[in-house]
Amino acid sequence: MEKIVICTVCPIGCNITVREENNELIIAGNQCKRGLTFATDEYLHPVRILTTTVKVHGGDQILVPVRSAEPLPKELLFSAMELIRELVVDAPVNRGDVLVNNILDTGIDIVATGEIKC
Amino acid sequence: MQKITCDVLVIGAGPAGLAASIAAKQEGAEKVLIVERDESIGGILQQCIHPGFGLSYFEEELTGPEYYARFADKALELGVEVLLNTMVLDIGDTGVVCMSSKDGLSIIEAGSVVLAMGCRERTRFQLTIPGSRPSGVFTAGTAQRLMNRENAMVGRRVVILGSGDIGMIMARRITLEGAEVIAVVELNDYLAGLTRNKVQCLDDFEIPLLMKHTVTDIKGKKRVESVTVCEVDAENIPIPETAVEYPCDTLLLSVGLIPENELTHKAEIEISPITNGPVVNQYMQTSREDVFACGNVVHVNDLVDNVSLESERAGQCAAKYALGRLKKAEDVIQVQPGRNVRYICPQEIVNSGDGGEINLYFRVTSPEEKVRILVKTGDKVIVQKRALRVNPGEMEHIRFDAKEITSPDLTVEVMKEAI
Repeated sequence: MEKIVICTVCPIGCNITVREENNELIIAGNQCKRGLTFATDEYLHPVRILTTTVKVHGGDQILVPVRSAEPLPKELLFSAMELIRELVVDAPVNRGDVLVNNILDTGIDIVATGEIKC
Repeated sequence: MQKITCDVLVIGAGPAGLAASIAAKQEGAEKVLIVERDESIGGILQQCIHPGFGLSYFEEELTGPEYYARFADKALELGVEVLLNTMVLDIGDTGVVCMSSKDGLSIIEAGSVVLAMGCRERTRFQLTIPGSRPSGVFTAGTAQRLMNRENAMVGRRVVILGSGDIGMIMARRITLEGAEVIAVVELNDYLAGLTRNKVQCLDDFEIPLLMKHTVTDIKGKKRVESVTVCEVDAENIPIPETAVEYPCDTLLLSVGLIPENELTHKAEIEISPITNGPVVNQYMQTSREDVFACGNVVHVNDLVDNVSLESERAGQCAAKYALGRLKKAEDVIQVQPGRNVRYICPQEIVNSGDGGEINLYFRVTSPEEKVRILVKTGDKVIVQKRALRVNPGEMEHIRFDAKEITSPDLTVEVMKEAI
């Protein structure tokens, strides 16, 4: 199987070809080491940082922006969204507060990226 | 009327204004004041909840709120003062006039001024898309604000016109929130935004991207009911036989940004007809020597990391000017765009003879592969670098030392690499 991965590590955007031969990955088209890691991960197990918002009760704003502290497996993004959408937290919220612990048993937390005062 | 004095006055508390104010303080300006018309600081980054910021500046991937918070914290720690809910009305010769509903009119006397007002979006009316005027037509940034700050969903079936970054980012956001993005429609044969946004926002969710297409009609009485999409010919004229009507309830526009220069115009500061922002030299100094400018008010950037760097230079030089330490601009060289270069910023270089690093940002006119970027003084090449790919949607830059300049002719050109 061959897959073309467009590298998103930097703005150059190399088109990297990943091919599997005898249980080995053959990677071509990357211009740097970071591209090699990116293409390998993207081929074997793509992950993405998830960002969205969480409703806030009693704050100076009604939404707080959040992110997954680490990238989540790509196939879990929609399930994670379903959980986060139901959540309402109380103000105040500080940047870095963990709003969902270990989402979907990934070991990754959903943390606030903004601050909400009462 | 209230009278305020300061060393450096910064207009706008977005990423540009924050970085400029920090640099001004660090350069030794005692009183640095930011005037901001919004009720909070951070500018547009407050609604840019997505990641992708800081990869070059901090070498880590941050979201918009995290990125501006680092600058906001630093600015406040250094003692930068901020006037919120206050709108600058005029940059006069005797002072800057501003207005707030709490304090009324104020006049600010400043040693120097930094313009950091950012930009705004082009709208349906600037594109003159025919059709009725139902609700459901939004600029991508308005939709972003509604969804990310006001908890309002913009629609259930969405067409996006323009492959600008905000449009692609909203395509992902809308999809994650459970609505359907039917297509992103782009007039040109190249992407307006960054490749990584196409990959992570469109390809990841299998959202179709229709290149060389445009919206030719909007139908609907109260709410958008459909839009018509046509393929365009080589001159970007729609081909009527290719029309397809897509039933939808929402049309988002991500079709370009306009630097917000009403104050600059009014102050009779020279404006470039290409960037629509003030003409600046390497100090980010405008044609009025006590006024500096940085960020999207000068030219629309694709990465905030570049804005921060450029704004630090503006803030530093504005402080130097206020403290009487900036050399007067005497021998000024115009940087000329050569082959496949649309514009260069800064447009001018003050040649003081003592050198100093020059970092020229520029955009190409059309996409090209395997090129060599050259800076020439007269016929002599000062610096060159190779690029695998250049694209009008992705800003390029090249650095050299001002000492290398030996001729009044300075050109940047992009040449096809000889094979």
